[in-house]
Amino acid sequence: MATYLVRRLLMALTVIAGISVVTFAMIYFLPTDPARMYAGPNASVEAVARIRHQMGLDQPLWVQYGRYVERVLQGDLGYSYKLQMPVTQAILSRLPYTLELIFAAIFVELALGVPLGVLAALRKNTWVDGLSTLAALVGVSSPPFWLGLLFLYVFAFKLGWFPLGGAGGLSHLILPALTAGLGGVGWYARMARSSTLNVLDADYVRTARAKGLPGWIVVVRHVVRNALNPIVTMAGQDIPWFVGGVVVVEMVFGWPGIGRMAVEAILMDDVPLIMGTVTFTAVLVVLSSILVDVVQALLDPRIRLNA
Amino acid sequence: MAEVARRNGLKWLLAALSLAALVLTACGGSSLGPASETGQASESGAGGGAAGGKTMTIAYKDDLATLDPAIGYDWTNWPAEKMVFDALLDYDDTTNLVPGLAESMPEVSPDATTWTFHLRKGVKFQNGREVTADDVAYTITRVLDPKTKSPGSGFYTGIEGAQDFIDGKASSVSGIQVLDKYTIRFKLSSPDVTFGNKMALNFAFVVPKEEVQKWGDDFGHHPVGTGPFILKEWTPGQRLVFEKNPNYFKPGVPKLDQVVIRVGVEPSVALLQLEKGEIDMMGDPIPTAELARVLNDPAWKDRITRAPQVSTIYIAINTRVKPFTDVRVRQALNMAIDKERIIKLLGGQGTVANQILPPLMPGYDKDYQGYPYDPERAKQLLKEAGYPNGFETTMECLDVDPQPKLCESFQQDLAKIGIKLNIKTLEAGTVIADAGTEGKVPLVWSGGLAWIQDYPDPDDFYSPILGCGSAVPGGWNWAWYCNKEIDAKAKQAVGMTDREARLQVYKEIFRKLMDEAVWVPVYNGQYIIAHSEKLVGGVDDFAHPEHTIRYENLDKK
Repeated sequence: MATYLVRRLLMALTVIAGISVVTFAMIYFLPTDPARMYAGPNASVEAVARIRHQMGLDQPLWVQYGRYVERVLQGDLGYSYKLQMPVTQAILSRLPYTLELIFAAIFVELALGVPLGVLAALRKNTWVDGLSTLAALVGVSSPPFWLGLLFLYVFAFKLGWFPLGGAGGLSHLILPALTAGLGGVGWYARMARSSTLNVLDADYVRTARAKGLPGWIVVVRHVVRNALNPIVTMAGQDIPWFVGGVVVVEMVFGWPGIGRMAVEAILMDDVPLIMGTVTFTAVLVVLSSILVDVVQALLDPRIRLNA
Repeated sequence: MAEVARRNGLKWLLAALSLAALVLTACGGSSLGPASETGQASESGAGGGAAGGKTMTIAYKDDLATLDPAIGYDWTNWPAEKMVFDALLDYDDTTNLVPGLAESMPEVSPDATTWTFHLRKGVKFQNGREVTADDVAYTITRVLDPKTKSPGSGFYTGIEGAQDFIDGKASSVSGIQVLDKYTIRFKLSSPDVTFGNKMALNFAFVVPKEEVQKWGDDFGHHPVGTGPFILKEWTPGQRLVFEKNPNYFKPGVPKLDQVVIRVGVEPSVALLQLEKGEIDMMGDPIPTAELARVLNDPAWKDRITRAPQVSTIYIAINTRVKPFTDVRVRQALNMAIDKERIIKLLGGQGTVANQILPPLMPGYDKDYQGYPYDPERAKQLLKEAGYPNGFETTMECLDVDPQPKLCESFQQDLAKIGIKLNIKTLEAGTVIADAGTEGKVPLVWSGGLAWIQDYPDPDDFYSPILGCGSAVPGGWNWAWYCNKEIDAKAKQAVGMTDREARLQVYKEIFRKLMDEAVWVPVYNGQYIIAHSEKLVGGVDDFAHPEHTIRYENLDKK
């Protein structure tokens, strides 16, 4: 296990370094001029040239990247041109919001998807099953931007149950979480359904039934708990997926997360902030995928992590 | 058997723990964020008017980056900076300069090279210290200092000794002279009658040295000035709260007790917030998809304020790319564009332009007729230029609604005279970079990227966008037009103190540029501002030609 972890972490470092090189080079070779984007349209050509020099953007690519790496190794991700604050501070102040939204969205997926899937499996090929398939389909095919606006219009504007966007207490969280999570409910329902069906055929369930246990006890104690294994894995893999997936939701709801900030950084050609958010997201994705593998191994004794 | 049971128990424990964690995170989520309940409370508390205060809330899509007047340079942070700071000079309801922190208009030498300002006595910064001439000197020197990275430094390089200071050859700017506590003199290296306008720009907003040094790079988030409002709270990505400055030096203003700026609000959502009464004003334009509904609804009559924008939106014709090197081809383009249709596509957010200067700009030529819409004549001109069957060319457009739609309209117009137009829709940074590269793009549509004046003087529509000095890589002269004769005339005009004679020179300059057909001026922008009927103020308070929003004059019923 320890060797495995060390090997995975070393690989992760390589991946992250690679991503940072590629991103940096991509920004460098873009035709846009970060100094001009910082200075705005009306700044004089000479003023832009002075700013370019101050920012070190007139240096060759390898010098710029070298300086960047040197700073990062000292724990300094640089200073955002657009937000006018240290990148680390910008990311850390927004991260909690994005994590909050991601976990809430996964909660929505689980809380709605799993019961729906289990029910569909228990009532296989009835109208309940059909309804769950339909619900799954609708959820998967609704674009989050449209869904978010619809929710805001109906539940916040017309009915007034929730605030019209922004972040704050639980009431602010519900609509964005539903918007982000509903798309995944279908996946979880399908997964829960098939995995429940597998378990229903298992010997130990037949044994439990043969013992004369009441139906609901068999379902709760034997079926659901064994069907949950693949679901937990899926939820873990959702975290990195959602880092990108919640961007649109953050935009619609004015949620002050990392995604919205990253989009603004890209539009403004804010090199340090783009590098910071991309690298940070890469770290998050790589670490959570390692975590999923480890948790999976802990949950399922049949899985061995080989060095 | 026991082994299996233990394993299963562990598995259950893990599953339960992770579920519990999810539930906890979801429910207690708000405590994670630094914004917490305080910001919420202050906004809703004030909105309810618990303290008898009047609060105005405005929503913007883009985040506000900084309130440091040396740095911020866009239409979201300029009016916000104006809340906190003042300059020596200011504007009246239109485009005339009036004293601000100066007690009177400056004394200007006949050749417009020496400008002496007398400061109003007893004006205090929000930290309680009195404003002196040293603060003005510090402010301008700071903008010129390359370390500040100010986009506005170019406005002040005409001060004597500025270049030496920038190059590190001098420790101060010799042309900035503090004569006494309340008097400051600027000596310019060449005559410039627009220097007064430059001293009314946001870059010249007077800052206290001790606060800048205390906060360093973070001064933009802890601004201290002399202005009508004091920044009380700033939650990045969410909101800013400003409170009335009770010691503001102008009597009777501000009228509001509090201004809240919400950021990160999509315009379509902001419109809903406005209809619901959560906000009092939209900072961004009404989404084009909603415009017709809003404008046709009688309930909205008192919630819309229209105001002209001092801007011209144009097609830049690259005069260094074939076949646009031929003036006849450029003139043909001017006659081929159906501008009325563009105004319709914009839902009335503009008026047809026939010349380079917008109507509000001094020097605008009322008698000039411009090119008529005449596709037949345009075809004829193309024939004369040797293109009887037209040609194929490319236009770059911003990829943000409604710009691509407008470019498609141009495509149809040009097809009628035999020109096949390829449209490239790109994000702002790329269009700007391509347009600023010599010989790269034949045509650029300036919609969404257009020049909005820095100050109301025709020179601001010549030197930075049509002068030889801006026809350089990274410059904003997208027509890549450089006419030495016109340039000499413009240089001379900047030094002319006789205003009428000077404006006459600009009329000649801009007529000549239209004869040369370097642009197709398409329309002059118009603000259609959505606000609640409770928010009251003059048109020039909702959309002032220089400051956009003048918060200090707005009031709430």
